[in-house]
Amino acid sequence: MLKSTGIPTVADLAEVLPTEERLAKGPVAIIECFQRIPCNPCATACRQDAIRPFADINDRPQIDWDQCNGCALCVANCPGLAIFVVDMTYSETEALLKLPYELLPLPQPGEVVTALNRAGEPVGKGRVIRVQNPPTFERTAIVHLAVPRELAQEVRNIMVEGETDGTR
Amino acid sequence: MINTQIAVIGGGPAGLRAAVAAAQLGAQVLLLDESDHLGGQLIKQTHKFFGSQQQFAGSRGIAIAKKLEAAARSQENIAILQEATVLGIYEDGVLLAEHKGRVIKVRAQRIIVAVGACERMLAFPNNDLPGVYGAGAVQTLMNVHGVRPGRRVLMVGAGNIGLIVTYQLLQAGVEVAAIVEAAPTIGGYLVHAAKVRRAGVPIYTSHTIKEAHGEEAVEGATIWQLDANRQPVAGTERHFAVDVICLAVGLSPLSDLLWQAGCQMKYVPELGGTVAVRDAHLCTSNPRIYVAGDVAGVEEASSAMVEGQLAGLSAALSLGLGGKEAQEQLAEAKAQLSALRAGPVGEKIRAGLAWVEKGVTADA
Ligand SMILES: Cc1cc2nc3c(=O)[nH]c(=O)nc-3n(C[C@H](O)[C@H](O)[C@H](O)COP(=O)(O)OP(=O)(O)OC[C@H]3O[C@@H](n4cnc5c(N)ncnc54)[C@H](O)[C@@H]3O)c2cc1C
Ligand code: SF4
Ligand code: SF4
Repeated sequence: MLKSTGIPTVADLAEVLPTEERLAKGPVAIIECFQRIPCNPCATACRQDAIRPFADINDRPQIDWDQCNGCALCVANCPGLAIFVVDMTYSETEALLKLPYELLPLPQPGEVVTALNRAGEPVGKGRVIRVQNPPTFERTAIVHLAVPRELAQEVRNIMVEGETDGTR
Repeated sequence: MINTQIAVIGGGPAGLRAAVAAAQLGAQVLLLDESDHLGGQLIKQTHKFFGSQQQFAGSRGIAIAKKLEAAARSQENIAILQEATVLGIYEDGVLLAEHKGRVIKVRAQRIIVAVGACERMLAFPNNDLPGVYGAGAVQTLMNVHGVRPGRRVLMVGAGNIGLIVTYQLLQAGVEVAAIVEAAPTIGGYLVHAAKVRRAGVPIYTSHTIKEAHGEEAVEGATIWQLDANRQPVAGTERHFAVDVICLAVGLSPLSDLLWQAGCQMKYVPELGGTVAVRDAHLCTSNPRIYVAGDVAGVEEASSAMVEGQLAGLSAALSLGLGGKEAQEQLAEAKAQLSALRAGPVGEKIRAGLAWVEKGVTADA
């Protein structure tokens, strides 16, 4: 259970995953924020009005996947690091993930890193395509990671070689 | 003797906002803080904050501290005295403070107490070994002085502080072996829990620390499971080789000054301990003294800032300063506070507040 382990369950995720149909159309944000907390930067960051303005600041984010273009602005602005962009149209064999990342060293484009699941377990390898880290993101970098398609809904973190022993 | 209209004790988010709010209504304000920096707890917070835009959500704590400090320093009618520890508040509105080895006296018409909270300890065998730290000390070492507290840490407590300090340890390149939490569920925000979990840190709910091991310093820790009645279950022990045990088991309001000043006090577990009874404008049973921030109930920086605003406005209004606009700001601050506390995580605070705010009218 999420509340006792910190790992969202399949049932939790079912609530927030876009339809296969939507995923097949291009990049889209997946908001893994399952609790009512006083927080709303995701909604204020979105320029496409895909995340509806909150009536109550404790509301859980509601996203209109048809409005979302996968720009990942919300990913960089979410203080909970709870939003991920998944693009299933990246290639025939790979999906592209946009993951928030705040550890040093930042990976370099072209680097192959260990892909971790929601429990922090290694599940495969990912290829870093691009790293966005402009000043407006206030040091939450966004790592564009190509992973095998079947891992698109598994991988949510990376372990970078040369990283100190903070993550195992 | 220094004379001022409003003295603010504590330069954290609550105190800084209180000083600015009162000064904007024209009050002469003196802000005293015992440390050599302004911003209180915020200067240790390298993570991005929750809340809404009005409370700088999405900004890192340290950046919020800088903004609040700049706002206070840009007000000509705010005088700031750092390294000034307030020692006592006396009946005639005189404060005694120790400032760089000298005792100074301040006479103020209104006093806003915004001194924050202090960490709780936990009793277990060998908790006096070097290597057992409070989470605040770990943060100060890492984020203020750039010193790693050790190589491998056992975190005790899965509230927001335990989860966030775990994350900051990982960012500093320190390994966190596990987080233990006595309650059956994680107390902090689940987004923080998910973040440390996917970095590979296991969270043991319904577990507590049994004992620390080591000769000269911490070399390890044993944890064990708790049953439904929070009793330890023999045979469930697990051992971790760690050189740091970090305690993040809660904060208590620093209520000493308010006790000493003779304010009516009440023990309210939902607010973290003993707090001053006060009205909805944060005025205590002593009409000269206001409270704001964690000292009024352990909560968050977002609510501490709004409480500071509220206390600053109310204190200035009570001196006849400000007009209709100030009344509107006051109403706005109250609305912001209710909005922040409206959700399930605010439930405890709401229950606690019902209790202290009722107190003052019942006894007055
Ligand atoms: C690890 C951690 C993470 C947190 N994360 C968040 C978060 O993400 N979002 C959020 O909203 N909140 C967060 N908080 C909570 C937030 O930091 C506090 O709620 C907030 O700082 C309280 O503000 P305050 O002004 O009441 O007290 P403080 O910030 O504690 O400031 C009190 C000030 O008073 C001074 N002082 C104390 N005694 C005296 C005295 N006798 N004389 C003179 N000066 C004195 C101190 O030096 C200090 O500067 C976090 C806290 C911690 C510890
Ligand atoms: S990815 Fe871009 S468009 Fe989609 S919800 Fe986030 S900010 Fe809005
Ligand atoms: S910004 Fe992130 S943590 Fe905050 S409500 Fe939105 S998704 Fe949840």
